[in-house]
Amino acid sequence: MLESTHAGRQPRLSSELGKAILAGSSKPFDRRSRLFFSNRLFRYLCIAAASFVCLILFLILLLMFRTGVLTFSHISFADFFFSTEWNPENEQYGALIFIFGTFALTALTLLICVPISLIIAVFLSVFVPPWLKNMLRPVLDLLVGIPSVVYGYLGLTVLIPLIRNVTGSGMGDGLLAAALVLTIMVLPTVSRISDDAISAVPAKFSDASYALGATRFQTVWKVLLPSAKSGIMYAVILGMARAVGETMAVVMVIGNTPQLADSLLKPTSVLTSNIVMQISNVPFDSTWNYALYLMGFLLLVISLLMIVAIRWLQRKGAQA
Amino acid sequence: MKHTLEMNPSANPFSGKKGLNRLKDRMFTGIVWTLGVLIIAFIFGLLYLILQDGLPKITWDFIFGLPSEIDEGGGIGPTLINSFYILFISLLISIPLGMAAGIYLAEFAPDNKLIGFVRICVEGLASVPSIIFGLFGIALFVEYFEIGLTILGGAVSLAFLNLPVLTRVTEESIRSVPKELKSASFALGGTHLQTIMRALIPAALSGIITGICLVAGRAFGESAVIILTAGVTTSGEMWDFSLFSPGATLAVHLWYVQSEAIVGDAQEIAQKAAAVLVFVVLLINLVFRIPLWLNARRTKRS
Repeated sequence: MLESTHAGRQPRLSSELGKAILAGSSKPFDRRSRLFFSNRLFRYLCIAAASFVCLILFLILLLMFRTGVLTFSHISFADFFFSTEWNPENEQYGALIFIFGTFALTALTLLICVPISLIIAVFLSVFVPPWLKNMLRPVLDLLVGIPSVVYGYLGLTVLIPLIRNVTGSGMGDGLLAAALVLTIMVLPTVSRISDDAISAVPAKFSDASYALGATRFQTVWKVLLPSAKSGIMYAVILGMARAVGETMAVVMVIGNTPQLADSLLKPTSVLTSNIVMQISNVPFDSTWNYALYLMGFLLLVISLLMIVAIRWLQRKGAQA
Repeated sequence: MKHTLEMNPSANPFSGKKGLNRLKDRMFTGIVWTLGVLIIAFIFGLLYLILQDGLPKITWDFIFGLPSEIDEGGGIGPTLINSFYILFISLLISIPLGMAAGIYLAEFAPDNKLIGFVRICVEGLASVPSIIFGLFGIALFVEYFEIGLTILGGAVSLAFLNLPVLTRVTEESIRSVPKELKSASFALGGTHLQTIMRALIPAALSGIITGICLVAGRAFGESAVIILTAGVTTSGEMWDFSLFSPGATLAVHLWYVQSEAIVGDAQEIAQKAAAVLVFVVLLINLVFRIPLWLNARRTKRS
């Protein structure tokens, strides 16, 4: 088989070579320069693709900023950021409710999610025997892929009736429901990355700790968790980014009412949910739409700041 | 030794502390095991809950039926097809671009400030919330190109969402290929392109495919981008492959039925749609991984 292809190719190659020698003008098409040419071409294509990725980010930033900043030609800076009056019908565009809602929701989610994730991470990396670990890790990875709409649907049909029953309140949607749904969504991500971070701590650290007579609790608490600190921080920030940007699951359980969330069970609204509920009903050239784009720009800035924080952490981790 | 300590506590000045430590350790072990097992059980319960409510009730009529606004018994046919269609187009756009960018970063890029900046851009783009891509899609397709809410707009916006993830996955998997393979290919006289195409990419394939299946699962279930750029309705025909018809996907339909629709059996449709959605996402993960798993077994044996 090898021989036949070899034999088949031989005359074609030689004829090609012969042609190139005969006709001096067809030199660019001989094998050597053809390879050179295709290498160059491939390289430029790759460069183009990489610059395209950067270009998209800048296009998004530019577009969101340019559209968003038009808001301030109609209302003042302070009105947008410090007013709680969101009545687009009456030309009032105060976004404080949504900004506060996003921060409160993220903080509440992390408050519930981080301790549980750490326990799962310790459970997976220290306690569980290897065969069970190899079975559980893919399951957690699978959970990351479950669509957010499904989580929202479950929150709407299972969690909210449950909250109504337990607290006896009439509605059930609000920050608490949204934070619980987000916790379930973020949990696999945060615990898997923390698990990786804890597993990456050199075995000699925990061996040394055990050899000094430390109990398992002491080893985990005083050796493993501090050593894996930067990895765990990375996981938490990643979870935070997901909680800030999550849209559909939150929309379905938060209630979508523009009022300040001074109670956990009060229907409210966050940046993402407000954008997705209103954007399709407004004309593009209106202050309302500009305000929504400005809110999107805020989200963008928050998530980019988190990336900067992650880079900073990584550099610090590399130095240490 | 444990025994002797317990028998005369006065012999060891630290014994009181030791008892406390052991108690703490026991409690810690207990708490971690209980919570760990509880949460794992909870996760399986969740999956079971979704699948057992919906899967038994699914019929072919439901999967291939047209959705209805008023009458009961609507199906999900067009939305399911749109889901796959949009997924297919978005992957068609994002896989070549993402892989090329990843290959550039892993193989060609010099190690300087500019490339460091490009890496930050890719990472930054990966962390941009999906709804921002939706807003971007509206501004680009609805406003600038004025084609309205279409399958094309949804697919391209979705491709942008997937692009950075694919870039990073490709870069990481190519970087993790052993140096010997690359050197061997160069030593045989392979050009850089031949080395990449015939040595590096095949060796990195398992990582790349895992990344693609991750992205595909995410894109299949993504709804915020699709609502904004492809709308919440379908053209109402079964096999409509026009790029310019409105393209609600299954995930969008689930949200729509659950929160906006007025159909009588909305609850049941939502149950079944959620089950189909989860089932397909699990299937995408499994189907993509089986060849990898077989491949890993084969290479291990040889």
